[in-house]
Amino acid sequence: MNTMPLPPASSRPVLEVRDLVTHFPTRAGVVKAVDGVSFTVHAGKTLCIVGESGSGKSVTARSILQIVDEPGHIVSGAMILHWPDGRSTDIAQLRNRSRAIRDIRGRDIAMIFQEPMSSLSPVHTVGDQITEVLRLHLKLSKAAARARCIELLGQVEIPNPDKAIDRYTFEFSGGMRQRVMIAMSLACNPMLLIADEPTTALDVTTQAEILALIRKLQDQHGMAVMFITHDMGVVAEIADEVVVMYHGRVVETGSVDTIFHNATHDYTRRLIGSVLKLEQKAEIRLARAPLDDAAPPVLEVHNLTMQFGAGKNPFKALDNVSLIVKPGETLGIVGESGSGKTTLGRCLMGVYRPSGGQILYRRADGTTMDVLQADKPSLKAYQRDIRMVFQDPVGSLNPRMTVAQIIGEPLYVNNIAKGRALDDRVAELLERVGLNPDWRERYPHAFSGGQRQRIGIARAVALSPRVIVADEATSALDVSLRAQMLDLMMELQDRLGLSYVFISHDIGVIRYMCDRVAVMYRGRIVETGAAGQVCDAPTHAYTQALLSAIPRPDPRARRMHERFRYVA
Amino acid sequence: MSEAALGVIDAKRTAVASQWQLVWWAFRRHRLAMIGLVMTVAFYIVAIIPGFFAINDPSQQNPRAAYQPPAALHLIDTSGDGWSIDPYIHASVLKRDPETLEMIYTTDPKRKVELHFLGQGYEYSVLGLFRSRLHLLSSSNPREPVFLLGADRLGRCVFSRIMQGAQISLSVGLVGVFLSLTIGLLLGGISGYYGGCTDFAIQRVIEFVLALPSIPIWLALSAALPQNWPAALNYFMITVILSLTGWAQLARVVRGRFLSLRTEEFVMAARLDGASESRIIFRHMLPSFASHIIASITLAIPAMILAETSLSFLGLGLQPPTISWGVLLREAQNIRSIATAPWLFAPGIAVVLAVIGLNFLGDGLRDAADPYNR
Amino acid sequence: MLKFIAKRLLWMIPALLVLSFLTFVLIQLPPGDYVTTYIATLSASNEVIDQNTAADLRARFGLDQPMIVQYWKWISGILLHGDFGLSFEWQQPVSGLIWERMAFTLLLTFATLLATWGIALPIGIFSAVKKYTVGDYIVTLFSFIGLAVPSFLLALVLMYVAAVKLGQEVGGLFSDAFVTAPWSFAKLWDLMQHLWIPVVILAVSGTASLVRVMRANLLDELHKPYVTTARAKGLSEFHLLMKYPVRLAMNPFISTIAWLLPNLVSGSIIVAIVLNLPTAGPMLLQSLMTQDMYLAGAFLLLICMLTMLGSLISDILLALVDPRIRLE
Repeated sequence: MNTMPLPPASSRPVLEVRDLVTHFPTRAGVVKAVDGVSFTVHAGKTLCIVGESGSGKSVTARSILQIVDEPGHIVSGAMILHWPDGRSTDIAQLRNRSRAIRDIRGRDIAMIFQEPMSSLSPVHTVGDQITEVLRLHLKLSKAAARARCIELLGQVEIPNPDKAIDRYTFEFSGGMRQRVMIAMSLACNPMLLIADEPTTALDVTTQAEILALIRKLQDQHGMAVMFITHDMGVVAEIADEVVVMYHGRVVETGSVDTIFHNATHDYTRRLIGSVLKLEQKAEIRLARAPLDDAAPPVLEVHNLTMQFGAGKNPFKALDNVSLIVKPGETLGIVGESGSGKTTLGRCLMGVYRPSGGQILYRRADGTTMDVLQADKPSLKAYQRDIRMVFQDPVGSLNPRMTVAQIIGEPLYVNNIAKGRALDDRVAELLERVGLNPDWRERYPHAFSGGQRQRIGIARAVALSPRVIVADEATSALDVSLRAQMLDLMMELQDRLGLSYVFISHDIGVIRYMCDRVAVMYRGRIVETGAAGQVCDAPTHAYTQALLSAIPRPDPRARRMHERFRYVA
Repeated sequence: MSEAALGVIDAKRTAVASQWQLVWWAFRRHRLAMIGLVMTVAFYIVAIIPGFFAINDPSQQNPRAAYQPPAALHLIDTSGDGWSIDPYIHASVLKRDPETLEMIYTTDPKRKVELHFLGQGYEYSVLGLFRSRLHLLSSSNPREPVFLLGADRLGRCVFSRIMQGAQISLSVGLVGVFLSLTIGLLLGGISGYYGGCTDFAIQRVIEFVLALPSIPIWLALSAALPQNWPAALNYFMITVILSLTGWAQLARVVRGRFLSLRTEEFVMAARLDGASESRIIFRHMLPSFASHIIASITLAIPAMILAETSLSFLGLGLQPPTISWGVLLREAQNIRSIATAPWLFAPGIAVVLAVIGLNFLGDGLRDAADPYNR
Repeated sequence: MLKFIAKRLLWMIPALLVLSFLTFVLIQLPPGDYVTTYIATLSASNEVIDQNTAADLRARFGLDQPMIVQYWKWISGILLHGDFGLSFEWQQPVSGLIWERMAFTLLLTFATLLATWGIALPIGIFSAVKKYTVGDYIVTLFSFIGLAVPSFLLALVLMYVAAVKLGQEVGGLFSDAFVTAPWSFAKLWDLMQHLWIPVVILAVSGTASLVRVMRANLLDELHKPYVTTARAKGLSEFHLLMKYPVRLAMNPFISTIAWLLPNLVSGSIIVAIVLNLPTAGPMLLQSLMTQDMYLAGAFLLLICMLTMLGSLISDILLALVDPRIRLE
């Protein structure tokens, strides 16, 4: 699986999509979700469709099976499916409830989806949902279908397949559920597998396993794979050919090598550029004078422990966590879901009361306080100095308040500014985060995700804090916005002398912006060190495994096969 | 969640639209809900000034008009030269059937009783504030009462009594829901806000109350009310009784909203902003579920109206001479009276229309209550 | 699963105790007692009872003791001997009066529940699947009307139509000939012929609200990703609809028993009074009016127990059909 040559011209096409147009009529007018898209998928090859949110890549995938949600419908175009025996059918001509299209769905073209939990029924057993396809398309008997189902579950490496068949999806982890989905889609040996962001909801290590599994099965069955993703790393790792979509149109098609190293279209180049930007340290950081190592830390955390639940099996979200945050630095906290990084952030904010340990805060005047022992007024004063930026740009802003009210709230409730002064201060803050101050009477629903996150940052810096805890602040944003947001945060850091505790699962983001990194695994910090050292030459086995699972956005340096697992 | 989803053409206007404007825009597109709004407003206008809409004094008995059938209303007068819009009815005459010796009503086509718009009639009080004689429709001849929907056993005007009954029946709904809401907000809020043991205890109480059938409880409670209490006290006690079981539903809604809001990130953000608990509740949380609460209480009012009607119908709710739709329907209790005077069902139609209007309204409000999550 | 049922059953015990105490308080609430009413009735027919006789009567019925003692006597009688006390008005044990009426109440409620579900389920599914079509609008309109018409009014209108247009009396559960007759197939058939009228009346409002519930539940489910998955497998629309979204929408639908049953019982009481059915309703009303406290108490207790049992059953059913609850 090293550098892929262009697919040989003789490679048999499985699906040819020509000028596909899919529209969603809404009250405010027709949304042209897919607007004249063409591409070809070849047998045994992987075609990746990439694009940012709203580019129409997912609707394209659903159009092929004619399962676009109402009121969306295919307006025009052709989708020609070629069988190995030479027959071919234009799927676009089939009625979406006809026998003919139903025979194609699940048998010739199978699909897997992003959310492995909600995409499977919670009240039917795994076996029920898989054997259904076998009985429907292959007319297998109950016993034969069951036997084949157990075989399939084994193929996707689910342990104890003969037991797993009778279990429900909520009894499995996210990665296992996605394996069930894959087993289901492979049941009839389809010619084409459409995978719609199948690994987006998964952790990187699980993602790597699922990608490897799909690749292995593709090699075994020789099927074509159409893989929809927004993650350029994944594209570089698995694609043979790439289709880049933007606003419902294909802006560029080419081999994966061409797209990454020889793109012609502006958008593609910008997209690749913003991905590559996150592969190294930010320019602002490289240009900055080194931090004063001798300065006493603003925050010192000693042996922090947080336990949820009591009784027989309490869950230790934090287990003896110790760290320091120095003035002006960015400390990255990296880890997979469930590692306790969000809990740590909330403990630092004084939202959760840890079960044990110490958080020492050094005030601007040099005195220190123990946050966990603090009385109410000093805790409030502490919360003015240490502020938070949330992950969800939608949920963290009250939709019923104007931007001015949201940003002004901390100033107002702390009696810092009222009336005219408050208004001026809000305008100034908006300007500082790069938003038009005239927009302050607008409500959050009028802003895009990136703009909302800027509003959240403005709210955080409103009280001139000394530390900001940012919990996955860029995860909900498209990759092209991420670097911008991080640059803004670093610029504010230098101007206001802030320290950041930057929580993220994304190593790229951590490498780009952080000075030091702490790696968390199951509630513990397994490794701490300078960002460059941890990201490029980790010492702990878990960090090494984590890093090996992250796909690199360079098709010439594929390394999934070098990946190894960490066994605690 | 784009402008398209919000369904508003003018993006600039949407940008600065508050929650209530968005709710109103969403509500306005809902045709049934708008019909419901118009019906509900109309009913409550009648409830505020029933005297204006009544034609005859609703308590006035007319021995000579017992079970008089509804009068046919003629709108256009063609008797003179050409025609004119001039509502009138033909006077009715009470005669004894020569064979069966039964008393029967016939109309006299020669005698016309004209109806005047905004004419003078009996004197009534407007919410106890002032008195008036002005009526939407009044009979030109005080000696010839106009019974648009007929008369009851004692010769009282059914139409006017329905108008008057609207006041009691519709206000029972409002007062009852207000009481339920007070209890529901208090207990539901406490339950949702504090959680833990308090929540557990209140939850069990809510479940218990919800599992009880309301009618037998109401019957038992109202049977306990002394018969000789003054009408106003009786009225108040009935609404209290209705709210005693009605609060649980609202408390559950409030609790659910509180619980889901408590974990919202913007509430945590407000807490970290340094907002006080009361500011968090009243400035940040309450506006977020106010629209849901309004929708829920709109849907609770019709249940209250139906409950009052049922209780009064059984003779355990409001007592005559208080006039409510349920009291009026008691007249239609036995088969003999409704066989002779089917118009005694008319208050039932008023009940059905009022409840339908409120249900349309509440349904629309519920659909429009959250303009952000679509 | 067994643990869940056991927990739920254990919870019933304190709930029932609270219920019985509340019931007792409830029937004690009216000012005066049965003797007062009794004296009032007698004096209406010009008989006078002196204070001594009244006190004797009170002592005989135990009405002179503190309430908690009376409650204890009452509840222990019920629990130990199935003795619900004496009906003052009928001058015979309450237990002899109530069981047949409770049985008919149960029959009526159960029949109505089945009818309500049987009608509401398919209509609700239809209405959700054919959202915003003429059919859906008609269903919606009728369900709004069904919600708005009080059941007693419907009963009255039906009685009126039957009496005036068809010339026959509606009411009761048996024809005159069968009221006192012993049970036979003919009597059962007669019961069936009468039962459908109150069942239909009661089912109207329940059906209306259940159709709304089912429609809303199903609309929520119809756009869930697992439906898309099922469609992508190649299942036919009808098959996938029945197997997935309808199956999932059934779960909240089952929990409707918990609130449908109290409503049904409530409605059945009024309708029974209007139609003069031999169920609990008319006798409960009568006993409340005359302060026949043990009789009223027995009915209140049993009716409330019936609905609480209903919510228990709905919880257990829900756990049976939903593996997420069953397996915790």
